[in-house]
Amino acid sequence: MNIRIALAGNPNSGKTTLFNALTGSSQHVGNWPGVTVEKKEGRLKKDSGAVLVDLPGVYSLSPYTQEEVIARDYLLQERPDVLINIVDGTNLERNLYLTTQLAELGIPMVIAVNRADIMQKRGESLHIDKFQSLFGCEAVSISALKETGMDALMEAVGRAKKAPKPLRFSPAVEEVLHKIEQTALKELPDWQKRWASVKLFERDETATVGLFLPEDTLQRIETEIAQVEEERADDSESIITGERYDAVTDKMEQLAKSRGRVSMTMSDKIDRIVTNRWLGLPIFALIMMLVYYVSITTVGTAMTDWVNDGLFGDGWHLFGNGTAAYEEAVTGYAEEHIWTPDWMREAEAAAAAEIAGAEDVVGAAQEKDFGAFEEAYEMYAPGIDEAGFSLTEPTDAALEEAPDPADYGQWIPGIPVVIGNALEAVNAAAWLQGMIVDGIVAGVGAVLGFLPQMLTLFLCLAILEECGYMARVAFVMDRVFRRFGLSGKSFIPILIGTGCAVPGIMASRTIESENDRRMTILTTSFIPCSAKIPIIALIAAALFGGAWWVAPSAYFIGMGAIILTGIMLKKTRLFSGHPTPFVMEFPEYHWPAPASVLRTMGERGGSFIKRAGTIILLSSVVIWAGSKLGFVDGQFMFSNDMALEQSLLGIAGNAVSGIFVPLGFGTIKATVATVMGLVAKEEVVAVFGILDFTGLTAIAAYSFLIFNLLCAPCFAAIGAIRREMNSAKWTAFAILYQCGLAYAVSLIFYQFAMLFTGQGNAIGVIAALAVLAVLAYYTFRPAERTPHLKPALQSK
Amino acid sequence: MKTLKETGIGETVRVVRVHGAGAVKRRMMDMGLTKGTEVYLRKFAPLGDPMEVRVRGYELSVRKADAALIEVE
Repeated sequence: MNIRIALAGNPNSGKTTLFNALTGSSQHVGNWPGVTVEKKEGRLKKDSGAVLVDLPGVYSLSPYTQEEVIARDYLLQERPDVLINIVDGTNLERNLYLTTQLAELGIPMVIAVNRADIMQKRGESLHIDKFQSLFGCEAVSISALKETGMDALMEAVGRAKKAPKPLRFSPAVEEVLHKIEQTALKELPDWQKRWASVKLFERDETATVGLFLPEDTLQRIETEIAQVEEERADDSESIITGERYDAVTDKMEQLAKSRGRVSMTMSDKIDRIVTNRWLGLPIFALIMMLVYYVSITTVGTAMTDWVNDGLFGDGWHLFGNGTAAYEEAVTGYAEEHIWTPDWMREAEAAAAAEIAGAEDVVGAAQEKDFGAFEEAYEMYAPGIDEAGFSLTEPTDAALEEAPDPADYGQWIPGIPVVIGNALEAVNAAAWLQGMIVDGIVAGVGAVLGFLPQMLTLFLCLAILEECGYMARVAFVMDRVFRRFGLSGKSFIPILIGTGCAVPGIMASRTIESENDRRMTILTTSFIPCSAKIPIIALIAAALFGGAWWVAPSAYFIGMGAIILTGIMLKKTRLFSGHPTPFVMEFPEYHWPAPASVLRTMGERGGSFIKRAGTIILLSSVVIWAGSKLGFVDGQFMFSNDMALEQSLLGIAGNAVSGIFVPLGFGTIKATVATVMGLVAKEEVVAVFGILDFTGLTAIAAYSFLIFNLLCAPCFAAIGAIRREMNSAKWTAFAILYQCGLAYAVSLIFYQFAMLFTGQGNAIGVIAALAVLAVLAYYTFRPAERTPHLKPALQSK
Repeated sequence: MKTLKETGIGETVRVVRVHGAGAVKRRMMDMGLTKGTEVYLRKFAPLGDPMEVRVRGYELSVRKADAALIEVE
């Protein structure tokens, strides 16, 4: 059957589970045009000619939220052949309220009463057959989770040809509705008359503006409505809403067969502890730490290290076969040829003289940790040598002769090595080799390096969402966050952002309000992610002697930026919008279904790879090219050993570096490093050797730190922002805002710090004061009052 | 006038009228808080706000500021 079926129902009614059960893997997930709301479409497993569209979960079809408008516009404009209204059998009253509205749309409908399995356990049951007489359409009892009743549902869908019976309101209201139909709606097709008359009665502007009714008609309608409103001492919208619920309550009496045992549900019992006054917060902290620990610290990092250093590095031992032997051999070698007493004395002297990084080198040698030693040595040795301690000459030679891990056990060379060898074997041109290995492979490696951590995070998040815990998080955290224009659910994305902003930004999908969602997407990357830690560490080591306060200060700056942004932007018209009350349903807890969880995890992971992957890949190649192409002695050429200053990248950096002069770090290297930070934040450190950092003053370095912490995130994160905002305009706004704020804060810091150390310059300080004044204004001004429009009829 | 905000934990009240206008009022009514509905106040959040109520057979979270718009008896 080539039909289009729409699926509508309350959030938490099991709609997604049903959708998955009916469509299997043929889903396509995207966004509704121009908004951050997810759109899902798929073909039925059992009938590939039938398309199922999953409409956003809504409680009603009011004109006030994005989701509701999307749902009703789709139904009114696309006119699907059948509408499946999924209702939660354990929560029938509120679910049927939406049903009464869906019934007015003139689309053949089937009601799927879900959670049959739970209803059975509780001893609740309904007279399913009575739905036909009460609502004018068939109802089928199903359990989307256990996949029972699916066939019966599809058969009912096949039979659905007539639109259901719309609700009959009270006589006074029905009279007015009839009058409206007579006066204004005679031209309309029959199926539209009921919907339109009710919407006109409710003064629903958005729904009726397209009718182009003449002014005098509207006036007559208005008079009728006003009369009823006066008699009832209530506004028309509330009258309708109230009557719908009254009608539902009535019908419930007839539908209920047995009410089951009335006792505290399992969810209530769990919530007694989880949202308990005293235990609520500690439990939340515990769960978050657990999630973080599992995905970032343990599984995540282990896998990421393997991907970065093994798969996309030099190589690794298969199943660790040979690692122990190699480590023993290389440690023994180092003890004999590198960590000689003379050498140790020299290194310890460097450490005593507080040369940056010397302590790390010495420490690793003392602990006989060759891996850590190699890393620290590579990073800090040039600096140590510059300071006058000669370590590198003997050590470099010794490292050349060190045992090769490939000689032990089963060694699998990393992908760059394999590809590099292959290219050399076919005598590929130098630039091609470079582009493939240093550009493309390195780029892909960067993306995939993220993947293990992300997938683990996605998995944990999906489990928490599925089981119903997220709603409790919002409940507990709401009070803190709403003061800053964020929702209680904003906390999760920010927390995840401390690991990686990409899954953090994606986690913002659970936030209902579009404004809060956008705000959260905008601010998530302010909190330092794990890729920014090397920057923080290096600056702390090089310029502040490894002081303890540098790292925490970075997190405070991040949080500060989030809070400041929330306060400032909430007051602007861009974000204030319709005030909506925070009323949120607590879904029942239930065991997360493995299929759903894995599906969500796979979908988000795949989407990340596709979006972020392409961006990172492209930018890696471009930046690689920019660093290898340049002008040597006036000639434009390609060179693998291109000096930074002569390369295109360097030239561009030089041209742009002027911007950063007021911030204290207007050098070519600093500029290029910041730009490289767009590819991946770890790149910032790669551009700088330790020497370059010591070349900046402490104040300039800290200013550099602030800027890199707050400015636009890496391309992967930008890609995630683009995907979640689903709008180029908003993405551009986000990036510009972030860079703008980074610049402002860096400027203020640098200029005032210079002033307080007696090196201030007048112009700089004045500029900083001006910027500070602007920020202060936006933060402390009273909120703009959006004039609250009472929906009035408009005529064209 | 007593509102939902002044209700105590464990109390069951009945909605008399929903004040406010537009989206705010509509949203609360959409979730089932209409004239004549019974509401049971279960608890407050650890930080004191929002509150958790039972209405029409399910649990709902309502901010105190919004609860102040719901007149009850």
